[in-house]
Amino acid sequence: MASIWFWIVAVMVTVYVVLDGFDLGAGAIYLIAAKTDEERRRVLRSIGPVWDGNEVWLLAAGGTLYFAFPQLYASSFSGFYLPLMMVLWLLMLRAIGIEFRAHIDSPVWQQFFDVVFAVSSILLCIFLGAALGNVVRGVPLDATGYFFEPLWTDFKLGPQTGILDWYTVLTGVVALVTLTAHGSHYVALKTDQDLGRRARGFALLLWPVQFFLTCISLVATYFIRPEVMENYGKHSIGLLVPIVVFASLGVMLWATPKGKETIAFVASSLYITGMLVGAAFALYPVVLPARDHQYDLTIYNTSAGIHGLTVGLIWWSLGAILALAYFVFVYRMFRGKVEPGEGHY
Amino acid sequence: MESALLIHRLHFAFTATFHYLFPQLTMGLALLIVVLKTIALRRNDRVYDEAARFWAKIFGINFVLGVVTGIPMEFQFGTNWSVFSRFAGGVIGQTLAMEGMFAFFLESAFLGLFLYGEKRLSPKAHWLSAVAVFVGSWLSGYFIIATDAFMQHPVGYFTASDGSLQLYSFWDFVLNRWALWQYAHNMSGAAITGAFIMTAVGAFYLLAGKWTEHARIFVKVGIVAGCLFSILQVFPTGDRQGKMVTDSQPATLAAMEGLFQGQSSAPLVIMGQPNDQQGKIDNPLQVPGMLSMLTYRRWTAQVRGLDSFPKQDWPGNIPLLYYSYHIMVGLGTFFIAVMVVAAFLLWRGKVFTSRWMLWILMLSAPFPYIANTAGWMTAELGRQPWLVYGLMRTEDGYSKSVSAGNGMFTLLGFMGMYMVLGILGLFLLRREIEHGPVATDFHPATEVK
Repeated sequence: MASIWFWIVAVMVTVYVVLDGFDLGAGAIYLIAAKTDEERRRVLRSIGPVWDGNEVWLLAAGGTLYFAFPQLYASSFSGFYLPLMMVLWLLMLRAIGIEFRAHIDSPVWQQFFDVVFAVSSILLCIFLGAALGNVVRGVPLDATGYFFEPLWTDFKLGPQTGILDWYTVLTGVVALVTLTAHGSHYVALKTDQDLGRRARGFALLLWPVQFFLTCISLVATYFIRPEVMENYGKHSIGLLVPIVVFASLGVMLWATPKGKETIAFVASSLYITGMLVGAAFALYPVVLPARDHQYDLTIYNTSAGIHGLTVGLIWWSLGAILALAYFVFVYRMFRGKVEPGEGHY
Repeated sequence: MESALLIHRLHFAFTATFHYLFPQLTMGLALLIVVLKTIALRRNDRVYDEAARFWAKIFGINFVLGVVTGIPMEFQFGTNWSVFSRFAGGVIGQTLAMEGMFAFFLESAFLGLFLYGEKRLSPKAHWLSAVAVFVGSWLSGYFIIATDAFMQHPVGYFTASDGSLQLYSFWDFVLNRWALWQYAHNMSGAAITGAFIMTAVGAFYLLAGKWTEHARIFVKVGIVAGCLFSILQVFPTGDRQGKMVTDSQPATLAAMEGLFQGQSSAPLVIMGQPNDQQGKIDNPLQVPGMLSMLTYRRWTAQVRGLDSFPKQDWPGNIPLLYYSYHIMVGLGTFFIAVMVVAAFLLWRGKVFTSRWMLWILMLSAPFPYIANTAGWMTAELGRQPWLVYGLMRTEDGYSKSVSAGNGMFTLLGFMGMYMVLGILGLFLLRREIEHGPVATDFHPATEVK
């Protein structure tokens, strides 16, 4: 039962990163790809009707994590106290940047909201990547089952790690590049003319960087945690992960210059899925590794009672079907390229 | 009080209090917008449609602020109250996760359609998206109330071998009797906020002689809803809430009412200052026997005072609890008085021209916010010293690994951030009210017959 919930949470986090990833990425290229007010508003209108719903996946994944693994939620959220609070502030600033820009007519303040939106998007990408890096690297849990990480210590991987060290900075940069490329594919898909062309150009430009960083981060991960390979050795199905990751990279390289935007965006989504599922696969059944392995948090020592988890499976399935239906409906409503012209944002 | 405990309590209290300024209007307006849109659809009335569109803009701004200040609430269960989460997460995780799965997805998916999709949707489909947003926001309220109700009155759980609470009966937990009445009371309070704000804006336009056609709709719908919900707020919802506190949290009742000594024919203190050093009310203005009547339905009934309970089980801050409760009740009474008079004038067809009434209605706008805040303070201060009533004390529940210094850092950060949000929100709302329901060159004032 706990295993089912492990994969449910992993899938929800993946859906979150794939969906919110493109609007974060659109924010990351916003200032340079969209030059005029009209172009900026088109970028905002391409994500406007969906960004809030995308972000709900973070909340829903968080709520589900709390429900299924309360002990993990308690330990990790208090341990990652400072970066999480900063994520909250960034989410606030970003929402304001997107939503309130349209309410203020002054070009001066619109520039301000533009920068707020772009900078908070970029920082959130880095934070998300660094968060994943922390989980893969492990944290200084002790016998109490709690820990507290300062933002940084000495940037080395000693026993007392900080949120930021060379490894998590690396994963942060990988996330930034990945999501920026992802956002570029999305903007290329949703807009045309100069804006669409520029977004496609970004996606192409980022491809070698993404490829190079993917290789480096995989090697670095193996270097700092050789045990990540254990599950791959045991279950050959795991070999699908590198196949998907590198195949998607290949498809992106092929589809982007040809203007096959849908295929490129799907490939980018698959790449993210591959990377995240791969990380979850490597960790399982550990949910938060400790620097000292005897204190690892696993699905077994953090999950809620079996009755609660069983009941939850019923309503979760119902909720997931409904959510899926809403998303299909909303994305169909707002399908197609965003036309220049009037409208909100 | 230990400083880390104080910081973590302030952290949650500050962020929760600020947050709830927005959902109460969101939930109240969601209902009233559905009313406006329903009338517009049935009568095919352009002015009602414009009225709904105007309130949708206010709703949109308010909704964004509610969402961004709401996310920290879910996070804080883990960041600041991790020991509590470990203890109770096996039960309350149910409702918190359900809120995401059932309420947030619904709300966020249809909000975009409701706010920006009117041109793409048929009038019926657009009406439906308004209903979906309403249902989503009111569902969300239920899941949060059910979570709080578990902390007030835990049911449907068992204690596992590791000491944590786990779910025993889903339905007992979700349909907690406490949750049902608290929900009714709370949602009625939200509807009052929505109604008073709508009435106040309408009254402002009427006083200023602008958009009077729309303003009459705002005032009419606002007064009808305000009158209905102000009465529901006291009876039956407030009354039943009081009965539950009497039965399940007797020490809380004594502290709320300022009843230091237990007695028969206990008086109801209308005004006066609790003197917790001498254990009495200074300058009391009270109705003899009334408290006995309200709690046990007998004038002579014995009501237990604070002296019946060990001091360590008293709510920690008795004066604040007492004032919160009295402010809530006082304002609730005021709402009924204002709205009943306004409804009478509306019935007589005089309200739109009674300038004194319009002034009162306009100036009353802030009071529902104060009353709702005071109500929540009564509930949460009244629960003290317990975090989960009778099962976990507040001092045991906060994150021991997060120091007071780190807690204060983020508390100050939130204060700064919320100050910016508050100013920005007020500025944008003022701007929308200034712009009015339709463009000013339209001169709707001249159109009124």
